[in-house]
Amino acid sequence: MERVSLTGNDAVGTAMAQINPDVVAAFPITPQTELMHKFAEFYADGKVNTELILVESEHSAMSAVVGSAAAGARSMTATSANGFALMWEIVYIAASLRLPIVMPVVNRALSGPINIHCDHSDTMGGRDSGWVQLFSENTQEVYDNVIMAVKIAEHKDILLPVMATFDGFIISHTQEVVELLSDEEVQKFIGKKEMYYPLLDVKNPVTYGPLDLQDYYFEHKRQQVEAMLKVPAVVDEVAKDYAKLTGRKYDFIEIYGPEDAEISLVALGSTAGTAKDVVDKLNDEGKKVNLVKIRMFRPWPHETIVNALKGKKAIGIMDRSDSFGALGGPVFMEIRSSLMGEIKEDITANYIYGLGGRDISAPEIESVYNDLFEIAETGKVKNRKTYLGVRE
Amino acid sequence: MSDPTGWKNIPIGGLIVESGNSHDYKTGSWRTYRPVLDEEKCINCHQCWIYCPDSSIMIVDEKMTGFDYDHCKGCGICAEVCPPKVAAIKMVLENE
Amino acid sequence: MANLTEIRWHARGGQGAKTAATMLAEIVLNEGKYGQGFPDYGPERMGAPMRGFTRISDKPIRTHSAIYKPDIVIVLDPTLLDVVDVLEGTTDDAVVLINTHLSRDEMKKKLNTGGRKLGVLDATKISLDAIGRPIPNTPMLGALVKATNVIKLDTLRDDVRKKFAKKFPERVIQGNLDAIEKAYEEVDVS
Repeated sequence: MERVSLTGNDAVGTAMAQINPDVVAAFPITPQTELMHKFAEFYADGKVNTELILVESEHSAMSAVVGSAAAGARSMTATSANGFALMWEIVYIAASLRLPIVMPVVNRALSGPINIHCDHSDTMGGRDSGWVQLFSENTQEVYDNVIMAVKIAEHKDILLPVMATFDGFIISHTQEVVELLSDEEVQKFIGKKEMYYPLLDVKNPVTYGPLDLQDYYFEHKRQQVEAMLKVPAVVDEVAKDYAKLTGRKYDFIEIYGPEDAEISLVALGSTAGTAKDVVDKLNDEGKKVNLVKIRMFRPWPHETIVNALKGKKAIGIMDRSDSFGALGGPVFMEIRSSLMGEIKEDITANYIYGLGGRDISAPEIESVYNDLFEIAETGKVKNRKTYLGVRE
Repeated sequence: MSDPTGWKNIPIGGLIVESGNSHDYKTGSWRTYRPVLDEEKCINCHQCWIYCPDSSIMIVDEKMTGFDYDHCKGCGICAEVCPPKVAAIKMVLENE
Repeated sequence: MANLTEIRWHARGGQGAKTAATMLAEIVLNEGKYGQGFPDYGPERMGAPMRGFTRISDKPIRTHSAIYKPDIVIVLDPTLLDVVDVLEGTTDDAVVLINTHLSRDEMKKKLNTGGRKLGVLDATKISLDAIGRPIPNTPMLGALVKATNVIKLDTLRDDVRKKFAKKFPERVIQGNLDAIEKAYEEVDVS
């Protein structure tokens, strides 16, 4: 294994080149652009056999990979924020047609006012689209997630598109140490793509995307639900195989710090990394706290979450996007829904933070833990939803 | 709900995996008027075959032999395009 | 040196602070260390004040936030001293390196650096002489090597040669190496 220093975008561009997809559709959008630049470098150097399609919009990018994936090609594209939004209708169609597309999404605020920096409002908006969603803490994790995503998406029980997300600029443009597999190892790991009724099999013609009305649509949606239910087992199986290869084992969630801590903070993305340092500091001070990092947001790992959080005295939930007018952010609502009946009192507090790339520092995360100490002590939540770091 | 098949027993993603299965769907019952052929008058110009939107003109050895009443919806286009001097196709009420 | 070293770069867009911040993060890998380098992405305008950040550690770096309490501050453009509080968040243990034509004493007085270790260097002149362009980032890396022990001079030289070989002609590579060498010799630090 080669240890190198790369930006998140360069690492994912490299992963894509090592995957060597049959088709890649590319359209630039900050902060994803450099990812495709990197992949295009491999393409220009003749290091991939990919058909690289330069499309005229993200709507076309997703349409192109829907077409190519239906044809039987291993297909990828990548995007951010507004680009993701422009793909919207085809994002749903990709999942509905059960096409195993893999898409890295570089998380960025979905405007407006216009902003190019990180928050999770883009992919959180797509949480009901039927895609598997893997969030990544750092460059290493997104590199690994993208490679594993191919195997998850193409698994015969799944056949669903997978997005591997990572934080715009904070990861995408930060130089970090990452261990790369060799091209051969990646190829051997992902294997040959198994075909499911490819359109290009002209001897066995099939129809993709016919009108699907009151008589069958509901059944097809029910099938999507079933596929999602099977995802965790496959994600776990793929992660175990990957761990054999790399020594890096990824679970649906990661509990950092003592498992029996009475105080937990839930976070995802790059913030989880900063929070780990805070957990170390507090543990060193004799304060028993932990972090629950969520890696797989869709499908929602309900039982794993319950096991990690039941019996806690205070739970803080960090959301890097808000659901305007709702009780809390997307992660908060999932957690509370999971904990229904599992906790006696309402000891959950939501922290909306980092919108539009607002920096989140270790002391701020520590301040959240300080809040949680108070909740644990008094059993009362003063503010259900706190906007962390916003000016009054 | 013409088909009681549940979600476990249909292809995923709404795929239609048997090509040409529209043949299994009989649309003949939709007719109000039925085309009738006068073989004596027919000159086998095949205009009806060209225009029929439901591929319901049956031709054997280049000879017009009649209609596929399982699928013909009775639109009357065949009678309309049959050359007036020939007038080999007439539309009659289904119950006649 | 503590396990984690945090460096903040102050420059104007176009002076190579992003390159220096990320390059340093990359170079430390050659000494088996972990590096994290990133700029403070703003509107990215040539000439606008900007910051770069480098973290160096013996262990994988998990924190992903800006640097508020740097151990080392490097200022690529002396005109920033009137605009930006480059000492913000630093203590008397910090090392401050400034590209300036002023002497160390003059700078100490101007900036009021107190007990901080201060190094001055006319990196713009060095880069103009050696490379022919006012890009002070590589000479400031040379000064950093002298003032601290974050990396060794040989590691820096080897890496600059290796990295620049892909992009630049020999003249530019040698110019940069000369600039690093000269900066290492000339920086007045204590």
